[in-house]
Amino acid sequence: MLRPVTDPDGAPFWEYAARGELRVQGCVECGELRFPPRPCCPHCQSFEAEWRLVSGGGRVWSYVVPHPPLLPDYAELAPYNVVVVELDEAPRIRLVGNLVAEPGAAIDSMPAERLRIGARVRVVLGDGLPAWVLERA
Amino acid sequence: MAGLKDATAIVGIGQTPFAKHLPEDERTLACRAVLAALDDAGIAPGEVDALASYTMEETDEVELAKACGFGDLTFFSKVGFGGGGSCATVAHLAAAITAGQASVGVAWRSRKRGSGPRPWTNTTVQLPTPAQWTRPYGLLRPVDEIAMLTRRYMHEYGATRDHLFNVALACRNRANQNPAAIMYDRPLTREMYMTSRWVSEPLCLFDNCLETDGALACVVVSAERARDCRREPVYVHSAAQSLPAQHHGMVNYWNDDPLTGPAWSAARHLWKHSDLAPEDVDVAQIYDAFTPLVLLSLEGYGFCGRGEGGAFTEGGALETGGLLPVNTGGGGLSEAYVHGFNLINEGVKQLRGTSTAQVPGASTCLVTAGEGVPTSALLLRN
Ligand SMILES: [Zn+2]
Repeated sequence: MLRPVTDPDGAPFWEYAARGELRVQGCVECGELRFPPRPCCPHCQSFEAEWRLVSGGGRVWSYVVPHPPLLPDYAELAPYNVVVVELDEAPRIRLVGNLVAEPGAAIDSMPAERLRIGARVRVVLGDGLPAWVLERA
Repeated sequence: MAGLKDATAIVGIGQTPFAKHLPEDERTLACRAVLAALDDAGIAPGEVDALASYTMEETDEVELAKACGFGDLTFFSKVGFGGGGSCATVAHLAAAITAGQASVGVAWRSRKRGSGPRPWTNTTVQLPTPAQWTRPYGLLRPVDEIAMLTRRYMHEYGATRDHLFNVALACRNRANQNPAAIMYDRPLTREMYMTSRWVSEPLCLFDNCLETDGALACVVVSAERARDCRREPVYVHSAAQSLPAQHHGMVNYWNDDPLTGPAWSAARHLWKHSDLAPEDVDVAQIYDAFTPLVLLSLEGYGFCGRGEGGAFTEGGALETGGLLPVNTGGGGLSEAYVHGFNLINEGVKQLRGTSTAQVPGASTCLVTAGEGVPTSALLLRN
């Protein structure tokens, strides 16, 4: 499986994730959150950024179910799901991820029939790659 | 200020055969298409002084100029973002010629995508979209990124797979009339579409463009020079490029309004510098790497309202004789996927009256480049 190839702007996200924290880059000057991380704030052009802890709750904005041809590791698991999650604190911050049956489960562990747009989900940070599970009703 | 309006014209077009596999290499195919376009225009290669191409083009300007015997080049440009740059090549040549920087411009595209590797299989380089946020999760290919937008689009507006099928069918029907098209004698049915394999749900096999070897080129000169050429000029009436504020490429879910893509801002510029409106367009060549891009483009370029792209395709609207015949050579879905350059040449054929699916009396044609990436568009007229 592919691991994130980080760049200087993105590295803190992955470092926090490895420590079990979901954090999003925000502007110190005007307070706006932004994603993906980048050197300065598109709203006020400030270069002062901080990494804000978010609750880890969100909703499924959309999802796809890829089928082969895919890279070999992914082809073995296909069909699997990929979701885009809107964060509760900032619905316009949308993270790509996978909806899994339980923490640590594989990306093909959630049947496609159980996916739906708008579903409430919660982040799980096992191996530093954020995944999402359905919030219990 | 007159700007670019009708100041330049396309006076020559050329192409190689299209196939899943052609024996010649990309550079040879490029030379063949370019020389065919110059011959079509009746212009000697030694007169060429401007070149324009777009990224993911392997044929180098220096090699092309040497091989084809061009004169001294005074203008050359390469537009970014792959398929979003197709129409921009003509726009750049038009601007250079209008500004007096050159007099005979050639734009081209040569691809061996049918028999060559897929860019997304390369895991050692960062793709133009920031791969760290998508690829580990298995969002690997352009089709996965566009399928994500498509699912949301269907959810928000009630668009259906039948709407996507309408796009695939219109392209296939036109390809069935075009002997040069890869899908020339291969009709498509709703049954075939609905039972085909998934590629990335909700997109199936027939929502995806072809993988093609082939090359195309066109020749651009001033309107004044065009009057002396072998062919009736096809004027570049309006041209636009667009990289909208906070746009984020295929993964536009990092934009506040992901379903309003670059087509919208390209359209604003295109219509603003035009004497025409969407209702004046006789025929359209709309970039169709994936069927949903056509729905999004119909909205963006103003043929219908936001969210109405699916409904617009109903009742044969995209077919010959419909409200807006599209991709009359078969498009990227069924003629050839050459990063949209075949759409430019097909637009020229329509305005010359020589298309294999000719729209009677067509005098205006919209041509668009890739939606979902920084894009470009042309409004052609005769
Ligand atoms: Zn700021």
